[in-house]
Amino acid sequence: MMRDLYGQVIMDHYKRPRNRGEIEGADLEEHLLNPLCGDEVTIYARFDGDKLADVKFTGRGCSISQASASMMTERLSGKSREEAEAEVKGFKKMMTGEQEFPETDDLVALKGVIQYPSRIRCATLAWDAFQNGLGIDQ
Amino acid sequence: MYDIEKVREDFPILKRVVNGKPLAYLDNAATSQKPRKVLDALTGYYEQHNANVKRGVHRLSEEATAAYEEAREKVARFLGAPDARGLIFTRGTTESINLVAYAWGRKLLREGDEVVLTETEHHSNLVPWQLAAQVTGAKLRFIPIREDGTLDMDEAERLIGPRTKLVGCVHASNVLATVNQVERLAEMAHEAGALMLVDGAQSAPHLPVDVGRLGCDFFAASGHKMLGPTGVGVLWGRPEVLEEMDPFLGGGEMIREVHLDHSTWNDIPYKFEAGTMNVAQAVGLGAASDYLEELGMQNVREHEKRIGEYAYHRLSEVEDITIYGPEENRTGVVSFTLPDIHPHDLAQLLDEDGIAIRSGHHCCQPLMRRLGVPATARASFYLYNTEEEVDRLVEAVEKAREFFGAFAS
Repeated sequence: MMRDLYGQVIMDHYKRPRNRGEIEGADLEEHLLNPLCGDEVTIYARFDGDKLADVKFTGRGCSISQASASMMTERLSGKSREEAEAEVKGFKKMMTGEQEFPETDDLVALKGVIQYPSRIRCATLAWDAFQNGLGIDQ
Repeated sequence: MYDIEKVREDFPILKRVVNGKPLAYLDNAATSQKPRKVLDALTGYYEQHNANVKRGVHRLSEEATAAYEEAREKVARFLGAPDARGLIFTRGTTESINLVAYAWGRKLLREGDEVVLTETEHHSNLVPWQLAAQVTGAKLRFIPIREDGTLDMDEAERLIGPRTKLVGCVHASNVLATVNQVERLAEMAHEAGALMLVDGAQSAPHLPVDVGRLGCDFFAASGHKMLGPTGVGVLWGRPEVLEEMDPFLGGGEMIREVHLDHSTWNDIPYKFEAGTMNVAQAVGLGAASDYLEELGMQNVREHEKRIGEYAYHRLSEVEDITIYGPEENRTGVVSFTLPDIHPHDLAQLLDEDGIAIRSGHHCCQPLMRRLGVPATARASFYLYNTEEEVDRLVEAVEKAREFFGAFAS
C-alpha cells in the first residue's frame, strides 16, 4: 500500500520538481493554502496570446501536494486557456472518482491518493490554485 | 502499582487491528479512547433512564435529572471545585471559552482594556478573544515563549498591568508538552485586578487539577480528551463572577420568567445551559471522572511522564530529528519534525504500521509560525500507552526515513 501511494513517479516529482520557481511579471499568480495541514503553493503562468507559454510553482508541503504541482506545470505548459481549463476539470473529476485515470498517463500515479480522503485536497491544491487564478468558480 | 495490562483491558478499541498490525493509538491529544465504564454509562443511561431533564415529573425524568446532576457533582469534585454551582456543561473547551468571551468579554470589556494571552494558545483560546476585541475595542497582548518553549515569565510580569482585564493561558500545551505556571499567572492577574482563565483541555485529562489551588476564575476542559464522550465539556467559573455575567445562549431552561418583551434568568449554572443539554454525554463524562479518580491522577501523571520521557529520549536518537519543547517536566506530548519528510507523509507511512499520530499545525498556527515550521508530527500518549508502543513508533520513523532517503534528491 505504501508503494501505491508513494510510487516512483510521485517521489521523483517530489524530490526533483519540474518548473519550480517564480515567474517575474506573470500574467497569473495565485497562492493557495490548505488550512488543514499548512501546505501551500503559488502558481505562476505567462500567456503568449492564448497559449500558456510558461507555468511554474513554488510552495512547501507534503510529497503529494508538491509532486502534484510539479506534474500539473508539465501538463499545462503549451496548452490553450480552454485546454488548460479542461485539464484541471478533468483532473479534479479523476480525484473525486467521477472520471477514470487514463492508465497510460503520468497522473495515474496520483490514483492511490483516492483511497485516502484526507489527502485528496493535497493532490488538488495546485490545480485549485490555478483554477482560482483563471477566475473560474470551482 | 500501576497495572498497565489491566488498564488496557478496560478499553475495547485497543484490541483493534489496523493494516494487519495491532493499533498503537498515539493521538490522544486530539481525542482519547473510552473505557468500558464510560460506554456502559452511555448505554445504561439510554436503556434505563432516558428522558428530558428538569421538565417532567414522571419517574424517568426524575432519574435522568438526578443522573445529570450527579455527573455535575462528579466532574466538579474531579476538578477540585468547591461548589458544583460553578460547573457548567458545554460542548467542549471551545464552547466554554466562547461562553466567557461572549457572556463576560462582550459585556465587561471596554476600549483600551487588555486581554493577555500567550503565543502558544490553541485557536480556541485565541479566536474568541479576537472576536470579542473587535466588538469591544479591547486589545490583545501576548506573552512570548523562550527558546525551550516555556513562557517568558519576566515578559508576563511586564505585560500584565492596570489595563489587563483578563489573562488567558493554556495549562498544558498540545504542541510543546509544557506545563505552564498558571498559578503564578493567576497571582499576577489578581494583583492587577484582572481575571484568570485556564484552558485545561490538555491538563484535566493528564494532571491532577485543583481549580482552587490554581487560583483561576475560569477553567475550561473537554470531555472527549479525558475518556468521556464527544459533545460534552465543562466550564468551571467562580460563582461570584458567573453571577455578574449575562447569559450566553437564550432559550429553554436558562430562564426564570419569560414575557413577550423581556425575561429574567435562572440561577447559575442553569443560566448558561440553554435548551436540552447533552445529558447522556454528561453522564458519560461523570463516569470518566470516576474512572480517572479510581486510577488516581497522580498515578496517571507518573505513568505518562515516564512514557513521555522515554519517547523523548528514544526519538532523540533519530538522526536529524527536531523535537519541540523543553527536555524536562514534559507531558505525554512529543512534537517533532524530520528534515526530508513532511509530517503528513510521515503520519501516512506510520498508519501502514497501525500507528496513529497527528500531523499538521495542531490548531496553533501562530505557534507554528513562531517555531518556523508549517507543521509538525505529534505523538501523544495517555494512560494506556506502553513503552513497546514507543519502540514501534521509533522503528516506524526510522523505516520512513529509509524509505524517503531511498529517493535521494
